Amino acid sequence: MQYMLLIYQDEKAWAAAREKIGTEVMPAYVAYTKALKESGVMVGGDRLSPSSSATTVRAANGRNQVLNGPYAETKEQLGGYYIIDVPDLDAALSWASRCPGTQFGAVEVRPFFNMR
Amino acid sequence: MTGTARAAVALAARQSYGKLLAFLAARTRDVAGAEDALSEAFAAALATWPEQGVPRSPEAWLLTVARRRLIDSTRRQRIRADATSTLLLAMDELEADRGTAVDIPDERLRLMFACAHPAIQTEIRAPLILQTVMGFDAGTIASAFLIAPTSMGQRLVRAKRKIQEAGIPFSVPEREELAERLDAVLDAIYTVFAEGWTDAAGTVARERALADEAIWLGRLVVSLLPDEPEARGLLALMLHAEARRQARRDAEGGYVPLAEQDPQRWQTALIDEAEALLRAAGATRRIGRFQLEAAVQSAHIARRTTGHTDWAAIVELYDALLALTGSPVVAINRAVALSEAEGPAAGLAALDALAGDRRLAEYQPYWAARASLLALTKDTAAADNAYERAIGLEPDPAVRRFLQQRRAAL
Repeated sequence: MQYMLLIYQDEKAWAAAREKIGTEVMPAYVAYTKALKESGVMVGGDRLSPSSSATTVRAANGRNQVLNGPYAETKEQLGGYYIIDVPDLDAALSWASRCPGTQFGAVEVRPFFNMR
Repeated sequence: MTGTARAAVALAARQSYGKLLAFLAARTRDVAGAEDALSEAFAAALATWPEQGVPRSPEAWLLTVARRRLIDSTRRQRIRADATSTLLLAMDELEADRGTAVDIPDERLRLMFACAHPAIQTEIRAPLILQTVMGFDAGTIASAFLIAPTSMGQRLVRAKRKIQEAGIPFSVPEREELAERLDAVLDAIYTVFAEGWTDAAGTVARERALADEAIWLGRLVVSLLPDEPEARGLLALMLHAEARRQARRDAEGGYVPLAEQDPQRWQTALIDEAEALLRAAGATRRIGRFQLEAAVQSAHIARRTTGHTDWAAIVELYDALLALTGSPVVAINRAVALSEAEGPAAGLAALDALAGDRRLAEYQPYWAARASLLALTKDTAAADNAYERAIGLEPDPAVRRFLQQRRAAL
């Protein structure tokens, strides 16, 4: 089954840890990505720019409005994702727990809509 | 008064939950029904004790209320009349003595044997014991075992239904079967401990508590089955590990491997207790997996007094363990010990022999062991690769940092 791991991170905590990011967190992400690949479960994944770069389009009263910023101002923002193919949810949770993203917020595990 | 009554309910829950559930479930085989009745009894206690005072025997009070609820609900569901009458009979036995403190027989061990029955899926045995004997809710258990709360809930429900429908007995097996079946019970308890152990610093209160609960269960089994050396072996193993918990982290929260730990930070009282248990178990001359694992721990901490580690002895213990279990995890530990005793090349050769095992591809300790041995043989590129793999597979940030430091030092 395919799952998306959505990495929500506290952008303030991330910014505050800037020193550690380059030396510790990014290498951990590289290692994590490699482990996913070599275990044969990686389908895809990428990192997003900070939520300050986001622009949101939403229809209000029948007209599209373009707004600055992410769709919701929450403490934790979507910062990246992985798509993995694993046998079941337990396996997906086990991979999510290894994701360095859990240190800076949360990793949400969502199965893809079943298109049978 | 309200505070005291609440505390009394909490204490009764801690001391009596498993005992009461075991007593009720053993008679009806309906674990879920017994759980419902018992939780209603605890709710009733919370409602009435603050006003009417704490009864002389809280346990008997809770049992009486739970029993009524259980009988009511079995009648409502028109469950076989014989189940109800068995229950009534059993209760009457106890109630003959009503008013005085009733001595409820401790049937938690029988409950544990039912939960760890071969007909119950291996993975759900430990969670089932946590729920029935300790009264943990499904959400807490799910989180500890890294399982989605809804699936954990469903699996627990299914397992309880299985106990009822398959007619799994609430009994301690006969002597011929005891050793093998006891293994499953001990295994489940050790699983609880291992889940609690992953939080080395004990920063997460819940996980810390899980290790405590496992030790409590271990003590319970030893007290109920004093002649079984493996029960003692398991308790010794858990106490040894627990004794070193604090030493596994430095002041900054960094991970400290066993070989670099300061023996001064180990808890002597726990070690002494573990050693005494191991000696008592050894006297029976019936060796087993848990005794061997505890013996490995014992050999590791010997440097506390001798100043050095006898690696050859540890390899021998792992040889025996490997012959007994055939576990790839044991084989990895053996390879590491072998490299200490005979040099990294010997350890690497032993690890290479395991390389074909698919289960190890996602097993962090295999890659970490490989990396450190490759580093010792100066194969820097291969060591770097193996460290990276280990880092990618490690969920604990402190251990991840430790591996990153080792990798950077190559």
